[in-house]
Amino acid sequence: MLAEHVLSLVIFLPILGGVAVLATGGDRNADYARQLSLVVAVLTFLATLPLYTGFNTGTPAMQFVEDYAWIDAFQARYRLGIDGISLLLILLTSFSTVLVVISAWKSIDKKVAQYHAAFLVMEGLMIGVFSALDGILFYVFWEAMLVPMFLIIGLWGGQNRVYATIKFFLYTFLGSVLMLVAMIYLYFKAGSFDILAWHDLKLGLHAQILIFLAFLAAFAVKVPMWPVHTWLPDAHVEAPTGGSVILAAIMLKMGAYGFLRFSLPIVPDASHHLAWLMIALSLIAVVYIGLVALVQEDMKKLIAYSSIAHMGFVTLGFFIFNTQGLEGGIAQMISHGFVSGALFLCVGVMYDRLHSRMIKDYGGVANRMPVFASFMMLFAMANAGLPGTSGFVGEFLVILGAFQVSVWYAFAAATTLVFGAAYTLWMYKRVLFGEVGNAKVAELTDATPREIVFLTLLAVAVLAMGLWPYPFLDVLHASVNHLLQQAMTSKL
Amino acid sequence: MKFVIPEMMPAAPEIFVFSMACAILVLDLFLSDRRRAVSYWLAQATLAGAVLLTLKVMTAAPVFTFNGMFVADRLADFLKLGTYGITFFVFTYSRDYLRDRGMFRGEYFVLGLLGVVGMMIMASASHFLTLYLGLELLSLSLYAMIAFQRDSAVATEAAMKYFVLGAIASGMLLYGMSMLYGVTGSLDIPTVSRAIGKMSADNIILIFGLVFVISGLAFKMGAVPFHMWVPDVYHGAPTAVALYIGTAPKLAGFALFLRLLVGGLEPLAGSWQAMLIIIALLSMAVGNIVAIAQDNIKRMLAYSSISHMGFFLLGILSAGANGYGSSLFYILVYAIMSAGSFGMIILLSRAGFEAERLEDFKGLNQRSPWHAFLMMLLMLSMAGVPPTAGFYAKLLVIQSVIQADMIWLAVAAVLLAVIGAYYYLRVIKLMYFDDATERAPIRAGWDVQALLGFNALLLVGVLPWVGVIMELCRQAIKTLS
Repeated sequence: MLAEHVLSLVIFLPILGGVAVLATGGDRNADYARQLSLVVAVLTFLATLPLYTGFNTGTPAMQFVEDYAWIDAFQARYRLGIDGISLLLILLTSFSTVLVVISAWKSIDKKVAQYHAAFLVMEGLMIGVFSALDGILFYVFWEAMLVPMFLIIGLWGGQNRVYATIKFFLYTFLGSVLMLVAMIYLYFKAGSFDILAWHDLKLGLHAQILIFLAFLAAFAVKVPMWPVHTWLPDAHVEAPTGGSVILAAIMLKMGAYGFLRFSLPIVPDASHHLAWLMIALSLIAVVYIGLVALVQEDMKKLIAYSSIAHMGFVTLGFFIFNTQGLEGGIAQMISHGFVSGALFLCVGVMYDRLHSRMIKDYGGVANRMPVFASFMMLFAMANAGLPGTSGFVGEFLVILGAFQVSVWYAFAAATTLVFGAAYTLWMYKRVLFGEVGNAKVAELTDATPREIVFLTLLAVAVLAMGLWPYPFLDVLHASVNHLLQQAMTSKL
Repeated sequence: MKFVIPEMMPAAPEIFVFSMACAILVLDLFLSDRRRAVSYWLAQATLAGAVLLTLKVMTAAPVFTFNGMFVADRLADFLKLGTYGITFFVFTYSRDYLRDRGMFRGEYFVLGLLGVVGMMIMASASHFLTLYLGLELLSLSLYAMIAFQRDSAVATEAAMKYFVLGAIASGMLLYGMSMLYGVTGSLDIPTVSRAIGKMSADNIILIFGLVFVISGLAFKMGAVPFHMWVPDVYHGAPTAVALYIGTAPKLAGFALFLRLLVGGLEPLAGSWQAMLIIIALLSMAVGNIVAIAQDNIKRMLAYSSISHMGFFLLGILSAGANGYGSSLFYILVYAIMSAGSFGMIILLSRAGFEAERLEDFKGLNQRSPWHAFLMMLLMLSMAGVPPTAGFYAKLLVIQSVIQADMIWLAVAAVLLAVIGAYYYLRVIKLMYFDDATERAPIRAGWDVQALLGFNALLLVGVLPWVGVIMELCRQAIKTLS
């Protein structure tokens, strides 16, 4: 019984858990709220593990499928299922949520129950996005997710949080509604909202291009791609640490996931037709945003821009249409989930002590926080793409794939290795090395056991993926090959 | 000459509600102020009785009576049941508000019930005159209700404006009907439809009459460019009355559109479609954009209602059974959302204090997280954010527009919906992100609390059954054609 409904379980366990956490009430019961949400988050993570162990790597078909009637009026069904790509993202989601709960233990002290409930509800919705196989169901999860994030940024964010959160909401909402129109159009063409049926649907080039652009509006905003990236630095900077982690680690991946689940297989001809545009936008993100990151004075903003540059790598990998590019892009997504999450947590650790995100307020932190500094060193290196860390796998594969298409693509893409190293390490140097910068830094205390727990978890993930990527890539092969085949088959 | 007594049974609910309204009116004279609650409970009991009666006389096939002037079909039954339900909510929310302001008089409920009779007659009309009769009964009750607070200058002004403009609109509607009568020789809706079917669709007098009919309809629904009364009336009327105006009469307005345009003038669909496209687009644009500039929440809801009427028209103008069904679903969801939102305003108001300004919602999350949550659901649903019912309503009408091959209109509609999302978000922002300026606890009777919670939660709780309700809406439309 339970085995057939693992996906429903991992969607609704955190949502109902979130409601339960909310029921603990005001801040008098804050400790109950924290403990309960940790239990729910860990249970959800454990519940996602059978998805990995029970996953059949030999087939590209959807697995753990659930299919029930929902809205007969337009054949929308409650239809769930995962392939290798969604599997990894679901694991990443449930893993990150556990970290978020631990990281908020001390730093969030007002409206604790609401904070944790928002994250748990969002976890369920995000897993829903990655496992929905029905257009309407997908859209419902996709949009519903905005609401908890809107509240998280607005309630627990920094100075300018209201502006940032409304911008975040409206930007993403605007992108998504066009996708809805495209989905309804596809519904009339295919007679159902079944995403897999859309994969086999024949479409003319003109229709394909319009659909591609509608999807692009939704996904490009979420990724975010240049030039619709401007909401991200604002949202990241103002969000509380947990919000930044979820934004960077999971939400950005949804846009990329959308390209894989919708754009490439449903409108392959338009994808080829407009690949030049996508590649150009991706390379601009890699090069130009890389340069922008270099001059940031706010650590969170720097990591936010670095995220945009890294996501440019992901979309580049998708639109060069070869196995290395696709697998590299997906590996980059997962790695970036770990690394950017880790970096935001690191900034959070320092912010909790000094209440500043400005690079100039720090200096010589390594003298006071040696353990923390070594963790952050690892993550900074991974962000720069050092071999042996997870960051290397994706970047290397994408550059390899780009070479097969054009040397110049590869050349432009490879500049990220330079810029990435430059902005990450330069920030690291200014914040952590040198003499103790000021009196406040002199009073810093090293990472607490609680902080060491989540940093260790992430460090293990980053190293494991860098040194032995096989378990990660293995589940992808069949799905990626199938996807590539779909993307290379003309529908005209 | 033979005198035939018409079959009364299909109209039993109307007769019942009307008789009860008269009975309450008389009874209320003999009640002391302390016993006034009796009128209230009788009014609620009347609604409950009407539900039972309607369920009892409901038949699968349409039944005509009074020489074909009155019809009891699925659509009428559906709308009547919806009207009773919504009015039940309205009366419950209003009670304390009226009592606190010395307006707890039997007339409110009597007029309310007479308005309900008007709406029921509109739902069941099969003749232009019946339709007009129902409409006027409703309108006259509304005029009186708006002016109910005699010593309020704003309310009197609103009533006056509404009365004058409403009379002009009724005149236009009648004028249009008379044109149609001149061309077709009948006021009976099915006969008119048959007659028009035999004529050429660009008959100049027909189109002329149609323009007037549409203007009258657009006015009654409060669609641009006939919307000017809406903000003034919502703003000026006592909140309990604005609540009444903003909910059930919209359902009756749907009946008006369906009986007239679809029942009578469907052969002219090509012409009214074009007119409605303009009205719908303008309503969505003006409603959503002007709402941003409001700082009075009742005015904001008025403009929001204008934009919702635009969305509602999208379903009608796609001119297909599917589209009408979506519009019915939309208007039903809208009535529920609107009832909840006004209910919330009433809840925050106390004796001597009207929670009318947007600022009054500041920091509601600190004062009462539960009520802030309910209001957030209502606002999200108004904005059409999943998983609330408002999203499915928008989804349905947009789907019917795309089905009618007007993708550009669908794109325009969703973009305007995004603009609209801003001012709903602003309410959420005030409730959650701002500090409370007001610390008074929120007090209300258990029945109001429970009903309001039910009302708002309905918008998400309905999720698994949303398909069933859509199906009911479609069934209701089916018997029409």
